[in-house]
Amino acid sequence: MRALCWHGKGDIRCDRVPDPQIEDPRDAIVKVTSTAICGSDLHLYNGFIPGMQSGDIMGHEFMGEVVEVGTGNKKLRLGDRVVVPFTIICGECEQCRRGNFSVCERTNRNRDLADKVFGHTTAGLFGYTHLTGGYPGGQAEYVRVPYADVAPVKVSKNGLSDEQVLFLSDIFPTGWQAAVQCDVEPSDTVAIWGAGPVGQFAIRSAVLLGAKQVIAIDRLPERLTMARAGGAITINFEEESVIERLNDLTGGKGPEKCIDAVGLEAHATATIDSMYDRAKQMLMLETDRPHVLREIFYVCRPAGTVSMPAVYGGLSDKIPLGAFMNKGLTLRTGQTHVNRWTDDLLRLIEEGQIDPSFVVTHQVKLEDGPAMYKTFRDKEDGCVKVVLKP
Amino acid sequence: MTNQKSSGVNGSALALARGLGWFSIGLGLAEMLVPRVLTEQLGMQGKEGLLRFYGVREFAAGLGILISDNPGPWIWGRLAGDAVDLATLVTGLGEHNPRKGNVAMALAAVAGVTALDGVSAQALSGRGPRGPGPVRDYSDRRGMPKPPEAMRGVARNLQIPKDMRTPDALRPLDSRNLAEERTI
Repeated sequence: MRALCWHGKGDIRCDRVPDPQIEDPRDAIVKVTSTAICGSDLHLYNGFIPGMQSGDIMGHEFMGEVVEVGTGNKKLRLGDRVVVPFTIICGECEQCRRGNFSVCERTNRNRDLADKVFGHTTAGLFGYTHLTGGYPGGQAEYVRVPYADVAPVKVSKNGLSDEQVLFLSDIFPTGWQAAVQCDVEPSDTVAIWGAGPVGQFAIRSAVLLGAKQVIAIDRLPERLTMARAGGAITINFEEESVIERLNDLTGGKGPEKCIDAVGLEAHATATIDSMYDRAKQMLMLETDRPHVLREIFYVCRPAGTVSMPAVYGGLSDKIPLGAFMNKGLTLRTGQTHVNRWTDDLLRLIEEGQIDPSFVVTHQVKLEDGPAMYKTFRDKEDGCVKVVLKP
Repeated sequence: MTNQKSSGVNGSALALARGLGWFSIGLGLAEMLVPRVLTEQLGMQGKEGLLRFYGVREFAAGLGILISDNPGPWIWGRLAGDAVDLATLVTGLGEHNPRKGNVAMALAAVAGVTALDGVSAQALSGRGPRGPGPVRDYSDRRGMPKPPEAMRGVARNLQIPKDMRTPDALRPLDSRNLAEERTI
Protein backbone atom coordinates (compact mmCIF):
# COMPACT_ATOMS: atom_id res chain seq x y z
CA MET A 1 0.00 0.00 0.00
CA ARG A 2 1.00 3.65 -0.24
CA ALA A 3 1.71 5.69 2.88
CA LEU A 4 3.30 8.99 3.85
CA CYS A 5 6.49 8.15 5.72
CA TRP A 6 8.83 10.27 7.82
CA HIS A 7 12.47 10.11 6.77
CA GLY A 8 13.96 13.02 8.70
CA LYS A 9 13.52 16.72 9.26
CA GLY A 10 11.54 18.23 6.37
CA ASP A 11 11.49 14.89 4.55
CA ILE A 12 8.13 13.17 4.15
CA ARG A 13 7.77 10.74 1.25
CA CYS A 14 4.93 8.79 -0.27
CA ASP A 15 6.36 5.26 0.00
CA ARG A 16 5.12 1.81 -0.88
CA VAL A 17 5.02 -0.25 2.33
CA PRO A 18 3.62 -3.66 3.37
CA ASP A 19 -0.13 -3.83 4.05
CA PRO A 20 -1.04 -3.99 7.75
CA GLN A 21 -2.16 -7.30 9.27
CA ILE A 22 -4.40 -8.22 12.19
CA GLU A 23 -2.04 -8.81 15.13
CA ASP A 24 -4.49 -9.18 18.01
CA PRO A 25 -8.08 -10.51 18.16
CA ARG A 26 -9.32 -7.03 19.17
CA ASP A 27 -7.78 -5.37 16.08
CA ALA A 28 -9.46 -4.13 12.93
CA ILE A 29 -8.07 -3.03 9.58
CA VAL A 30 -9.54 0.21 8.24
CA LYS A 31 -9.40 1.23 4.60
CA VAL A 32 -8.81 4.96 4.84
CA THR A 33 -11.21 7.16 2.90
CA SER A 34 -10.04 10.51 4.32
CA THR A 35 -7.11 11.59 6.45
CA ALA A 36 -5.74 14.98 7.42
CA ILE A 37 -2.47 16.69 8.24
CA CYS A 38 -2.52 18.02 11.79
CA GLY A 39 -0.56 20.96 13.16
CA SER A 40 1.17 18.55 15.51
CA ASP A 41 2.37 16.54 12.49
CA LEU A 42 4.39 19.65 11.66
CA HIS A 43 6.31 19.29 14.93
CA LEU A 44 7.49 15.90 13.62
CA TYR A 45 8.11 17.32 10.14
CA ASN A 46 10.19 20.14 11.61
CA GLY A 47 12.17 17.74 13.79
CA PHE A 48 11.11 19.02 17.20
CA ILE A 49 9.69 15.79 18.62
CA PRO A 50 12.24 13.12 19.58
CA GLY A 51 11.76 9.40 19.07
CA MET A 52 10.95 9.23 15.34
CA GLN A 53 12.49 6.59 13.08
CA SER A 54 13.00 6.68 9.33
CA GLY A 55 10.05 4.99 7.62
CA ASP A 56 7.48 5.75 10.33
CA ILE A 57 4.00 6.17 8.82
CA MET A 58 2.54 9.58 9.63
CA GLY A 59 -0.99 10.65 10.48
CA HIS A 60 -3.38 10.48 13.41
CA GLU A 61 -6.55 12.02 11.92
CA PHE A 62 -8.29 9.45 9.74
CA MET A 63 -11.51 7.61 9.01
CA GLY A 64 -12.67 4.92 6.67
CA GLU A 65 -14.31 1.56 6.16
CA VAL A 66 -13.68 -1.53 8.25
CA VAL A 67 -12.34 -4.22 5.89
CA GLU A 68 -11.07 -6.80 8.39
CA VAL A 69 -11.98 -7.55 12.00
CA GLY A 70 -10.14 -9.64 14.60
CA THR A 71 -11.90 -12.68 16.03
CA GLY A 72 -12.25 -11.10 19.47
CA ASN A 73 -13.74 -7.81 18.26
CA LYS A 74 -17.49 -7.76 18.97
CA LYS A 75 -18.02 -4.04 18.25
CA LEU A 76 -17.14 -3.66 14.58
CA ARG A 77 -18.37 -5.40 11.44
CA LEU A 78 -17.06 -5.46 7.92
CA GLY A 79 -18.26 -2.39 6.05
CA ASP A 80 -18.72 -0.21 9.14
CA ARG A 81 -17.87 3.46 8.56
CA VAL A 82 -15.68 4.67 11.43
CA VAL A 83 -13.79 7.72 12.60
CA VAL A 84 -10.73 6.66 14.58
CA PRO A 85 -9.63 8.83 17.53
CA PHE A 86 -5.91 9.60 17.61
CA THR A 87 -5.54 8.22 21.15
CA ILE A 88 -5.42 4.43 21.36
CA ILE A 89 -7.29 3.31 24.48
CA CYS A 90 -7.96 0.01 26.20
CA GLY A 91 -11.16 1.11 27.95
CA GLU A 92 -10.35 -1.04 30.97
CA CYS A 93 -7.42 0.44 32.91
CA GLU A 94 -7.98 2.76 35.87
CA GLN A 95 -7.38 5.92 33.81
CA CYS A 96 -9.74 4.82 31.02
CA ARG A 97 -12.45 3.98 33.54
CA ARG A 98 -12.10 7.52 34.93
CA GLY A 99 -12.40 8.99 31.44
CA ASN A 100 -8.75 10.04 31.28
CA PHE A 101 -8.33 8.26 27.98
CA SER A 102 -5.26 10.13 26.77
CA VAL A 103 -3.28 8.72 29.67
CA CYS A 104 -4.41 5.12 29.18
CA GLU A 105 -1.99 2.92 31.08
CA ARG A 106 -1.90 0.00 28.66
CA THR A 107 -1.74 1.05 25.04
CA ASN A 108 1.74 2.55 24.81
CA ARG A 109 3.81 -0.41 23.66
CA ASN A 110 7.00 1.56 24.44
CA ARG A 111 5.93 2.13 27.98
CA ASP A 112 9.45 1.77 29.43
CA LEU A 113 10.67 4.56 27.19
CA ALA A 114 7.76 6.83 28.13
CA ASP A 115 8.27 6.06 31.83
CA LYS A 116 11.86 7.24 31.54
CA VAL A 117 11.06 10.44 29.64
CA PHE A 118 7.74 11.53 31.21
CA GLY A 119 7.95 9.76 34.57
CA HIS A 120 4.92 7.62 33.73
CA THR A 121 3.48 6.43 30.47
CA THR A 122 0.65 8.03 28.51
CA ALA A 123 -1.59 6.47 25.87
CA GLY A 124 -0.38 5.11 22.56
CA LEU A 125 -0.97 7.45 19.62
CA PHE A 126 -1.25 6.78 15.91
CA GLY A 127 1.47 8.08 13.64
CA TYR A 128 3.48 9.83 16.29
CA THR A 129 6.77 9.41 18.13
CA HIS A 130 7.96 6.05 19.47
CA LEU A 131 7.62 7.66 22.90
CA THR A 132 3.89 7.14 22.36
CA GLY A 133 4.15 3.65 20.92
CA GLY A 134 5.32 4.31 17.39
CA TYR A 135 2.06 2.97 15.90
CA PRO A 136 1.79 3.29 12.10
CA GLY A 137 -0.47 6.21 11.28
CA GLY A 138 -3.44 6.98 9.09
CA GLN A 139 -1.87 8.86 6.18
CA ALA A 140 -2.00 5.59 4.30
CA GLU A 141 -4.37 3.41 2.33
CA TYR A 142 -4.91 1.02 5.25
CA VAL A 143 -4.34 1.16 9.00
CA ARG A 144 -4.28 -1.48 11.71
CA VAL A 145 -6.37 -0.18 14.59
CA PRO A 146 -5.38 -1.80 17.91
CA TYR A 147 -8.06 -2.11 20.62
CA ALA A 148 -10.54 -1.44 17.82
CA ASP A 149 -13.44 -2.64 19.96
CA VAL A 150 -13.15 0.50 22.13
CA ALA A 151 -12.37 3.86 20.52
CA PRO A 152 -13.57 3.93 16.88
CA VAL A 153 -16.69 6.03 16.44
CA LYS A 154 -19.28 4.52 14.10
CA VAL A 155 -20.96 7.01 11.79
CA SER A 156 -23.86 6.56 9.43
CA LYS A 157 -23.04 5.89 5.80
CA ASN A 158 -25.72 8.28 4.67
CA GLY A 159 -25.99 12.00 5.09
CA LEU A 160 -22.76 13.33 6.51
CA SER A 161 -19.67 13.72 4.34
CA ASP A 162 -16.20 12.60 5.43
CA GLU A 163 -15.17 16.23 5.91
CA GLN A 164 -18.06 16.77 8.35
CA VAL A 165 -17.07 13.92 10.68
CA LEU A 166 -13.33 13.36 10.06
CA PHE A 167 -12.26 15.93 12.63
CA LEU A 168 -13.94 14.00 15.44
CA SER A 169 -10.63 12.10 15.35
CA ASP A 170 -8.73 15.00 16.90
CA ILE A 171 -9.05 18.72 16.24
CA PHE A 172 -12.76 19.19 16.98
CA PRO A 173 -12.65 17.38 20.35
CA THR A 174 -9.31 19.08 21.05
CA GLY A 175 -10.75 22.55 20.49
CA TRP A 176 -13.84 21.52 22.42
CA GLN A 177 -11.88 20.16 25.40
CA ALA A 178 -9.81 23.36 25.39
CA ALA A 179 -13.02 25.35 25.87
CA VAL A 180 -14.64 22.88 28.27
CA GLN A 181 -11.53 22.98 30.48
CA CYS A 182 -12.21 26.72 30.80
CA ASP A 183 -15.64 25.92 32.26
CA VAL A 184 -17.01 28.90 30.33
CA GLU A 185 -19.36 31.25 32.23
CA PRO A 186 -21.77 33.61 30.43
CA SER A 187 -19.73 36.54 31.76
CA ASP A 188 -16.38 35.21 30.53
CA THR A 189 -13.97 36.55 27.98
CA VAL A 190 -12.09 33.66 26.38
CA ALA A 191 -8.84 34.65 24.66
CA ILE A 192 -7.39 32.11 22.23
CA TRP A 193 -3.80 32.29 21.02
CA GLY A 194 -3.47 30.70 17.58
CA ALA A 195 -6.16 30.67 14.89
CA GLY A 196 -5.03 27.43 13.30
CA PRO A 197 -7.43 24.48 13.06
CA VAL A 198 -7.56 23.77 16.82
CA GLY A 199 -7.90 27.48 17.56
CA GLN A 200 -10.79 27.71 15.07
CA PHE A 201 -12.63 24.88 16.81
CA ALA A 202 -11.85 26.38 20.22
CA ILE A 203 -13.41 29.68 19.05
CA ARG A 204 -16.63 28.00 17.93
CA SER A 205 -16.72 25.79 21.03
CA ALA A 206 -16.38 28.82 23.31
CA VAL A 207 -19.23 30.52 21.41
CA LEU A 208 -21.45 27.43 21.62
CA LEU A 209 -20.67 27.12 25.33
CA GLY A 210 -21.83 30.71 25.80
CA ALA A 211 -18.78 32.91 26.35
CA LYS A 212 -19.64 36.61 26.45
CA GLN A 213 -16.64 37.50 24.33
CA VAL A 214 -14.16 35.40 22.34
CA ILE A 215 -10.86 36.90 21.20
CA ALA A 216 -8.48 35.24 18.72
CA ILE A 217 -4.80 36.16 18.39
CA ASP A 218 -2.81 35.36 15.25
CA ARG A 219 -0.93 37.16 12.46
CA LEU A 220 -2.24 35.51 9.29
CA PRO A 221 -5.05 37.57 7.70
CA GLU A 222 -6.88 34.58 6.21
CA ARG A 223 -6.98 32.78 9.56
CA LEU A 224 -8.18 35.95 11.25
CA THR A 225 -11.04 36.25 8.74
CA MET A 226 -12.03 32.66 9.52
CA ALA A 227 -11.85 33.45 13.24
CA ARG A 228 -14.10 36.49 12.82
CA ALA A 229 -16.57 34.38 10.83
CA GLY A 230 -16.77 32.09 13.88
CA GLY A 231 -17.57 34.96 16.20
CA ALA A 232 -14.18 36.11 17.48
CA ILE A 233 -12.78 39.59 17.89
CA THR A 234 -9.31 39.37 16.38
CA ILE A 235 -5.90 40.70 17.30
CA ASN A 236 -3.06 40.66 14.76
CA PHE A 237 0.01 40.47 17.00
CA GLU A 238 2.22 41.88 14.26
CA GLU A 239 0.17 45.05 14.13
CA GLU A 240 -0.79 45.77 17.73
CA SER A 241 0.11 44.96 21.32
CA VAL A 242 -1.68 41.82 22.48
CA ILE A 243 -1.46 42.82 26.14
CA GLU A 244 -2.80 46.35 25.61
CA ARG A 245 -5.66 45.22 23.37
CA LEU A 246 -6.72 42.39 25.69
CA ASN A 247 -6.73 44.76 28.63
CA ASP A 248 -8.72 47.30 26.61
CA LEU A 249 -11.31 44.66 25.73
CA THR A 250 -11.69 43.53 29.35
CA GLY A 251 -11.88 46.81 31.20
CA GLY A 252 -8.22 46.55 32.19
CA LYS A 253 -8.71 43.27 34.04
CA GLY A 254 -7.53 40.72 31.47
CA PRO A 255 -9.43 37.71 30.11
CA GLU A 256 -10.78 35.23 32.66
CA LYS A 257 -10.02 32.27 30.41
CA CYS A 258 -6.98 31.89 28.15
CA ILE A 259 -6.32 29.10 25.66
CA ASP A 260 -2.88 28.31 24.24
CA ALA A 261 -3.46 26.77 20.81
CA VAL A 262 0.06 27.50 19.59
CA GLY A 263 2.60 25.44 21.51
CA LEU A 264 6.26 24.71 21.09
CA GLU A 265 6.83 26.43 17.74
CA ALA A 266 5.54 29.90 18.59
CA HIS A 267 6.33 32.35 15.81
CA ALA A 268 9.34 34.55 16.57
CA THR A 269 7.89 38.01 17.06
CA ALA A 270 9.83 41.20 17.63
CA THR A 271 9.81 40.56 21.38
CA ILE A 272 13.09 39.84 23.13
CA ASP A 273 11.84 36.66 24.75
CA SER A 274 10.82 35.03 21.47
CA MET A 275 14.19 35.86 19.89
CA TYR A 276 15.80 34.40 23.00
CA ASP A 277 13.73 31.21 22.58
CA ARG A 278 14.73 30.86 18.93
CA ALA A 279 18.41 31.23 19.81
CA LYS A 280 18.23 28.74 22.69
CA GLN A 281 16.27 26.23 20.64
CA MET A 282 18.80 26.54 17.84
CA LEU A 283 21.63 25.88 20.28
CA MET A 284 19.66 22.91 21.72
CA LEU A 285 19.48 24.53 25.15
CA GLU A 286 15.68 24.23 25.26
CA THR A 287 13.22 22.21 23.19
CA ASP A 288 10.17 24.49 23.21
CA ARG A 289 9.44 28.15 22.51
CA PRO A 290 6.95 29.13 25.24
CA HIS A 291 6.41 32.80 24.26
CA VAL A 292 2.63 32.36 24.23
CA LEU A 293 2.55 30.77 27.65
CA ARG A 294 4.55 33.67 29.09
CA GLU A 295 2.14 36.16 27.56
CA ILE A 296 -0.86 34.24 28.88
CA PHE A 297 0.47 34.02 32.44
CA TYR A 298 1.10 37.76 32.30
CA VAL A 299 -2.25 38.92 30.90
CA CYS A 300 -4.69 36.39 32.36
CA ARG A 301 -7.01 37.76 35.03
CA PRO A 302 -6.08 36.76 38.61
CA ALA A 303 -7.87 33.53 39.63
CA GLY A 304 -8.38 32.82 35.93
CA THR A 305 -7.97 29.58 34.04
CA VAL A 306 -5.35 28.71 31.43
CA SER A 307 -6.23 25.86 29.08
CA MET A 308 -3.36 24.39 27.11
CA PRO A 309 -4.29 22.00 24.30
CA ALA A 310 -1.10 23.06 22.53
CA VAL A 311 1.67 20.51 22.17
CA TYR A 312 4.90 20.99 24.11
CA GLY A 313 7.71 18.49 23.70
CA GLY A 314 10.17 18.73 26.53
CA LEU A 315 11.89 21.58 28.34
CA SER A 316 11.00 25.27 28.38
CA ASP A 317 12.83 28.19 29.88
CA LYS A 318 11.87 31.43 31.66
CA ILE A 319 8.30 30.47 32.52
CA PRO A 320 6.96 33.26 34.77
CA LEU A 321 5.91 31.05 37.65
CA GLY A 322 5.88 34.12 39.88
CA ALA A 323 2.94 35.57 37.98
CA PHE A 324 1.30 32.17 37.73
CA MET A 325 1.54 31.52 41.45
CA ASN A 326 0.77 34.97 42.78
CA LYS A 327 -2.28 35.38 40.54
CA GLY A 328 -3.61 31.99 41.60
CA LEU A 329 -4.10 30.78 38.05
CA THR A 330 -5.36 27.30 37.21
CA LEU A 331 -3.61 25.43 34.41
CA ARG A 332 -5.44 22.61 32.63
CA THR A 333 -3.73 20.66 29.90
CA GLY A 334 -3.14 17.24 28.36
CA GLN A 335 -3.73 15.37 25.15
CA THR A 336 -7.42 15.15 24.33
CA HIS A 337 -9.64 12.51 25.93
CA VAL A 338 -11.31 12.17 22.53
CA ASN A 339 -13.93 9.54 23.38
CA ARG A 340 -15.18 11.64 26.27
CA TRP A 341 -16.60 14.13 23.78
CA THR A 342 -17.38 12.27 20.57
CA ASP A 343 -21.01 11.35 21.42
CA ASP A 344 -21.96 14.97 22.20
CA LEU A 345 -20.02 16.40 19.27
CA LEU A 346 -21.40 13.88 16.76
CA ARG A 347 -24.87 14.83 17.96
CA LEU A 348 -24.10 18.55 17.43
CA ILE A 349 -22.95 17.75 13.89
CA GLU A 350 -25.99 15.61 13.16
CA GLU A 351 -28.29 18.33 14.50
CA GLY A 352 -26.57 20.81 12.19
CA GLN A 353 -25.36 23.06 15.02
CA ILE A 354 -21.84 22.92 13.61
CA ASP A 355 -20.34 21.84 10.30
CA PRO A 356 -16.62 21.07 10.86
CA SER A 357 -15.88 21.05 7.12
CA PHE A 358 -15.62 24.86 7.28
CA VAL A 359 -11.94 24.48 8.19
CA VAL A 360 -10.88 22.49 5.09
CA THR A 361 -8.96 24.68 2.67
CA HIS A 362 -7.07 22.06 0.68
CA GLN A 363 -8.03 18.59 -0.50
CA VAL A 364 -5.49 16.52 -2.45
CA LYS A 365 -4.54 12.93 -3.26
CA LEU A 366 -2.36 11.05 -0.77
CA GLU A 367 0.63 11.13 -3.12
CA ASP A 368 0.49 14.94 -3.10
CA GLY A 369 0.81 14.88 0.70
CA PRO A 370 4.57 15.56 0.87
CA ALA A 371 4.17 18.83 -1.03
CA MET A 372 1.19 19.79 1.14
CA TYR A 373 3.27 19.35 4.29
CA LYS A 374 5.46 22.15 3.02
CA THR A 375 2.51 24.30 1.95
CA PHE A 376 0.88 23.84 5.36
CA ARG A 377 4.10 24.50 7.28
CA ASP A 378 4.89 27.66 5.32
CA LYS A 379 1.23 28.75 5.51
CA GLU A 380 1.21 29.31 1.78
CA ASP A 381 -1.85 29.54 -0.45
CA GLY A 382 -4.08 30.35 2.53
CA CYS A 383 -3.59 26.84 3.88
CA VAL A 384 -5.44 26.12 7.13
CA LYS A 385 -6.38 22.45 6.88
CA VAL A 386 -5.36 19.75 4.42
CA VAL A 387 -7.45 16.63 3.76
CA LEU A 388 -5.78 13.77 1.91
CA LYS A 389 -7.64 11.18 -0.15
CA PRO A 390 -5.80 7.83 -0.45
CA MET B 1 9.83 2.70 -3.29
CA THR B 2 9.67 6.44 -3.10
CA ASN B 3 7.21 8.30 -5.25
CA GLN B 4 7.63 11.86 -4.10
CA LYS B 5 9.72 13.80 -1.63
CA SER B 6 8.91 17.05 0.10
CA SER B 7 12.39 18.61 0.16
CA GLY B 8 12.85 21.16 -2.58
CA VAL B 9 14.97 24.10 -3.68
CA ASN B 10 13.92 26.11 -0.67
CA GLY B 11 15.17 23.34 1.63
CA SER B 12 18.65 23.45 0.06
CA ALA B 13 18.73 27.25 0.15
CA LEU B 14 17.77 27.23 3.80
CA ALA B 15 20.39 24.60 4.61
CA LEU B 16 23.07 26.72 2.91
CA ALA B 17 21.87 29.81 4.79
CA ARG B 18 22.00 27.96 8.12
CA GLY B 19 25.52 26.78 7.31
CA LEU B 20 26.58 30.36 6.62
CA GLY B 21 24.92 31.35 9.90
CA TRP B 22 27.05 28.94 11.88
CA PHE B 23 30.14 30.08 9.95
CA SER B 24 29.31 33.69 10.91
CA ILE B 25 28.99 32.73 14.56
CA GLY B 26 32.39 30.98 14.51
CA LEU B 27 34.19 33.76 12.66
CA GLY B 28 32.53 36.42 14.80
CA LEU B 29 33.64 34.70 18.01
CA ALA B 30 37.21 34.38 16.71
CA GLU B 31 37.32 38.06 15.73
CA MET B 32 35.91 39.13 19.09
CA LEU B 33 38.02 36.84 21.28
CA VAL B 34 41.43 36.58 19.55
CA PRO B 35 41.78 39.63 17.29
CA ARG B 36 45.51 39.99 18.05
CA VAL B 37 46.26 36.50 16.68
CA LEU B 38 44.41 37.30 13.47
CA THR B 39 46.00 40.72 12.92
CA GLU B 40 49.48 39.24 13.52
CA GLN B 41 48.85 36.52 10.94
CA LEU B 42 47.76 39.18 8.46
CA GLY B 43 50.52 41.64 9.33
CA MET B 44 47.87 44.21 10.14
CA GLN B 45 48.70 44.97 13.79
CA GLY B 46 46.91 47.93 15.30
CA LYS B 47 43.55 47.03 13.82
CA GLU B 48 42.37 44.84 16.72
CA GLY B 49 39.55 47.24 17.65
CA LEU B 50 38.23 47.26 14.11
CA LEU B 51 38.36 43.46 14.02
CA ARG B 52 36.41 43.20 17.27
CA PHE B 53 33.75 45.46 15.75
CA TYR B 54 33.61 43.22 12.67
CA GLY B 55 33.32 40.25 15.01
CA VAL B 56 30.22 41.72 16.67
CA ARG B 57 28.72 42.31 13.21
CA GLU B 58 29.48 38.74 12.11
CA PHE B 59 28.07 37.24 15.30
CA ALA B 60 24.86 39.28 15.06
CA ALA B 61 24.39 38.31 11.40
CA GLY B 62 24.92 34.64 12.26
CA LEU B 63 22.41 34.78 15.08
CA GLY B 64 19.91 36.55 12.84
CA ILE B 65 20.27 33.90 10.13
CA LEU B 66 19.80 31.06 12.59
CA ILE B 67 16.81 32.37 14.50
CA SER B 68 14.87 33.97 11.67
CA ASP B 69 12.08 32.31 9.67
CA ASN B 70 13.28 34.31 6.70
CA PRO B 71 17.10 34.54 6.72
CA GLY B 72 17.23 36.33 3.33
CA PRO B 73 17.72 39.87 4.68
CA TRP B 74 20.44 38.68 7.06
CA ILE B 75 22.30 37.02 4.17
CA TRP B 76 22.15 40.32 2.26
CA GLY B 77 23.59 41.92 5.39
CA ARG B 78 26.42 39.39 5.31
CA LEU B 79 27.09 40.28 1.67
CA ALA B 80 27.48 43.93 2.61
CA GLY B 81 29.82 42.87 5.41
CA ASP B 82 31.85 40.80 2.94
CA ALA B 83 32.39 43.93 0.83
CA VAL B 84 33.68 45.79 3.88
CA ASP B 85 35.95 42.85 4.80
CA LEU B 86 37.37 42.71 1.27
CA ALA B 87 38.02 46.45 1.27
CA THR B 88 39.79 46.19 4.63
CA LEU B 89 41.93 43.25 3.52
CA VAL B 90 43.01 45.02 0.33
CA THR B 91 44.73 47.65 2.49
CA GLY B 92 47.01 44.87 3.77
CA LEU B 93 48.43 44.08 0.32
CA GLY B 94 51.02 46.85 0.37
CA GLU B 95 54.75 46.11 -0.34
CA HIS B 96 55.69 46.89 3.25
CA ASN B 97 53.55 44.00 4.69
CA PRO B 98 55.71 40.86 5.17
CA ARG B 99 52.52 38.78 5.57
CA LYS B 100 50.83 39.91 2.36
CA GLY B 101 50.78 36.28 1.19
CA ASN B 102 48.44 35.49 4.09
CA VAL B 103 46.36 38.52 3.18
CA ALA B 104 46.02 37.24 -0.38
CA MET B 105 44.83 33.85 0.93
CA ALA B 106 42.36 35.59 3.24
CA LEU B 107 41.08 37.63 0.29
CA ALA B 108 40.55 34.43 -1.72
CA ALA B 109 38.71 32.81 1.21
CA VAL B 110 36.47 35.84 1.74
CA ALA B 111 35.79 35.98 -2.02
CA GLY B 112 34.72 32.31 -1.89
CA VAL B 113 32.40 32.92 1.05
CA THR B 114 31.06 36.02 -0.72
CA ALA B 115 30.18 33.84 -3.71
CA LEU B 116 28.31 31.44 -1.40
CA ASP B 117 26.52 34.39 0.22
CA GLY B 118 25.52 35.57 -3.25
CA VAL B 119 24.18 32.14 -4.21
CA SER B 120 22.26 31.93 -0.94
CA ALA B 121 20.84 35.46 -1.21
CA GLN B 122 19.77 34.78 -4.77
CA ALA B 123 18.10 31.50 -3.85
CA LEU B 124 16.27 33.10 -0.97
CA SER B 125 15.25 36.27 -2.78
CA GLY B 126 11.52 36.73 -2.88
CA ARG B 127 11.08 34.08 -0.20
CA GLY B 128 9.00 35.74 2.46
CA PRO B 129 7.81 33.72 5.40
CA ARG B 130 4.67 32.88 3.40
CA GLY B 131 5.70 33.13 -0.23
CA PRO B 132 3.73 34.93 -2.91
CA GLY B 133 -0.01 34.87 -3.48
CA PRO B 134 -3.14 36.79 -2.58
CA VAL B 135 -4.67 36.64 0.90
CA ARG B 136 -7.63 34.26 1.00
CA ASP B 137 -10.88 35.54 2.40
CA TYR B 138 -12.54 32.98 4.66
CA SER B 139 -15.17 35.29 6.06
CA ASP B 140 -17.89 32.95 4.72
CA ARG B 141 -16.57 29.98 6.72
CA ARG B 142 -18.71 30.28 9.80
CA GLY B 143 -19.20 26.55 10.34
CA MET B 144 -22.49 27.23 12.11
CA PRO B 145 -26.01 27.53 10.66
CA LYS B 146 -26.69 30.99 12.12
CA PRO B 147 -24.55 34.04 12.97
CA PRO B 148 -22.37 33.56 16.08
CA GLU B 149 -24.61 35.85 18.13
CA ALA B 150 -27.53 33.49 17.51
CA MET B 151 -25.40 30.42 18.26
CA ARG B 152 -24.00 31.76 21.52
CA GLY B 153 -24.71 29.29 24.30
CA VAL B 154 -26.62 26.67 22.29
CA ALA B 155 -24.42 23.95 23.81
CA ARG B 156 -24.59 25.34 27.33
CA ASN B 157 -26.92 22.52 28.32
CA LEU B 158 -24.25 19.89 27.67
CA GLN B 159 -22.93 18.50 30.92
CA ILE B 160 -19.44 19.74 31.84
CA PRO B 161 -17.69 16.86 33.63
CA LYS B 162 -17.19 17.46 37.33
CA ASP B 163 -13.40 17.19 37.08
CA MET B 164 -13.32 20.05 34.57
CA ARG B 165 -15.46 22.46 36.54
CA THR B 166 -13.93 25.51 38.12
CA PRO B 167 -13.81 25.41 41.93
CA ASP B 168 -16.53 27.59 43.47
CA ALA B 169 -14.04 30.02 44.99
CA LEU B 170 -12.80 30.87 41.50
CA ARG B 171 -16.24 31.31 39.92
CA PRO B 172 -18.04 34.64 39.46
CA LEU B 173 -20.15 35.47 42.51
CA ASP B 174 -23.45 35.28 40.63
CA SER B 175 -22.87 31.72 39.42
CA ARG B 176 -21.74 30.14 42.69
CA ASN B 177 -23.79 27.69 44.60
CA LEU B 178 -24.33 30.05 47.53
CA ALA B 179 -26.43 27.56 49.46
CA GLU B 180 -23.61 25.07 49.38
CA GLU B 181 -21.18 27.80 50.43
CA ARG B 182 -23.24 28.59 53.53
CA THR B 183 -23.03 25.02 54.76
CA ILE B 184 -19.22 25.08 54.81
